Amino acid sequence: MKPRLEVFLRYRYLLQDLIVKDIKVKYRRSVLGLLWSILNPLFMMLVITAVFERIFKIKVENFPIYYLTGSSIFNFFSEGTQLAMGSVFGASSLIKKVYIPKYIFPLEKVMFAFVNFMFSLVAVIIMFVVLRFPVPWTVVLFVIPAIYVLVFSIGVGLILSAMSVFFRDIVHLYSVLVVAWQYLTPIMYSYDSLPEAVQLFMCFNPMYYFVLYFRDVTMYGIVPGFDLNITCMAFALCSLLAGLLVFKKKQDKFILFI
Amino acid sequence: MSIIEIDHVSMHFNMSKEKVGSLKEYMIKFLKRQLMFEDFTALDNITLTIESGDVFGIVGLNGSGKSTLLKIISGILKPTTGTVRVVGSIAPLIELGAGFDLDLTARENIFLNGSVLGFSRELMREKFEEIVDFSELREFIDVPMKNFSSGMIARIGFAIATITRPEILIVDEILAVGDFHFQKKCEERISQLMAGGTTVIIVSHTLAQIRRLCRHVMWLEKGKVRMIGTTKEVCDAYEQE
Repeated sequence: MKPRLEVFLRYRYLLQDLIVKDIKVKYRRSVLGLLWSILNPLFMMLVITAVFERIFKIKVENFPIYYLTGSSIFNFFSEGTQLAMGSVFGASSLIKKVYIPKYIFPLEKVMFAFVNFMFSLVAVIIMFVVLRFPVPWTVVLFVIPAIYVLVFSIGVGLILSAMSVFFRDIVHLYSVLVVAWQYLTPIMYSYDSLPEAVQLFMCFNPMYYFVLYFRDVTMYGIVPGFDLNITCMAFALCSLLAGLLVFKKKQDKFILFI
Repeated sequence: MSIIEIDHVSMHFNMSKEKVGSLKEYMIKFLKRQLMFEDFTALDNITLTIESGDVFGIVGLNGSGKSTLLKIISGILKPTTGTVRVVGSIAPLIELGAGFDLDLTARENIFLNGSVLGFSRELMREKFEEIVDFSELREFIDVPMKNFSSGMIARIGFAIATITRPEILIVDEILAVGDFHFQKKCEERISQLMAGGTTVIIVSHTLAQIRRLCRHVMWLEKGKVRMIGTTKEVCDAYEQE
């Protein structure tokens, strides 16, 4: 275990450099640069609010904030896992030439998505101010669900990145799957509006719990109880463990397929 | 004291004639029982010990497994069977400037490449000037590297990779790039490292270079060891063929 940790520490600068590089590349040649990370969710919120609240008449209190909190945490997951998925075969030129612990690549992508997520929270703060929303003190706990999602996404990202080396189909399949997943999670509608049969299935959806947790602390001033914490932790750790196992088993074969 | 021990190492590749790239293809092939791979043995039962401080050359024709062996030693490839034990840090000059992003400037790339090789930020800051001096490219340091020639890229790559005194230096035919002035400079740097006790492994098709630098040489032929011995013995026999 100890040499592994040493290797990780040795490559932490690479992790940093790659994240910074990704941010630079993402905003290269755009005038507003990093501002897009804030503007984008705000524009999306306007569109979704117009469609869902005005046209579909969805009844949720403070819909713009309800949507923004749910979507920002879900987008973090979907962006992180989708980027991680392509990270290993995307780094083929490096993997073929130098020795680098390969988990660095999916890990880096999820952390890059985490940085983007942090920027997108500025959009939430802006809406708090604009709508004069009474922000509860529990908002400071927002880091906890963010870390649950981070760990969960790393696990999923590791699995996807390993599998996509052998079957590129996964890339196309997952991009559809993640949209379906988004609609199956109460982001644009409320849990209560679902039929009872569907509500029962919700307990299999880890994202449901993470979104619930995030809204509890940022909107409703609820400190989540023991049950919800354990559930979130279990999902996150199981995902991480499964990810590490799959990745470790497959990683020596990557180089023959990329 | 031996610094590298290679014990009965073999490397097999699945040379599927066409790459099965998608799930659909895989299923069809699987059902038709066409999932056959042609086994290709790149290295066959290699056993080799390299002593600390040695300068070790590897010769052989194209496709004899030289580069595969170097990749196994530096940890990029895992051998199919057998074990490799390496004591100490390795600076692989297999491909200079691996991980350069050509859209970034030379300055940014020096730091990026440093972290690719696992060097710390402080070390890179400390050695930055030295790298720039060695590469003799100070005036281009803030130019995106896509405007560089391959020789210029090799200069920076070499300067970064040899910035620390590694215990093992792996040199794969890289001295072929760059003008002869820079080649000489590289050889000087390598000699300095050797004098400091670094173990060096050199792959080259230039026998004169091998004769000049190496103490021991291995001759690989189609993945098998044909001969291991002192430079003179092996080089003479190799030239006879």
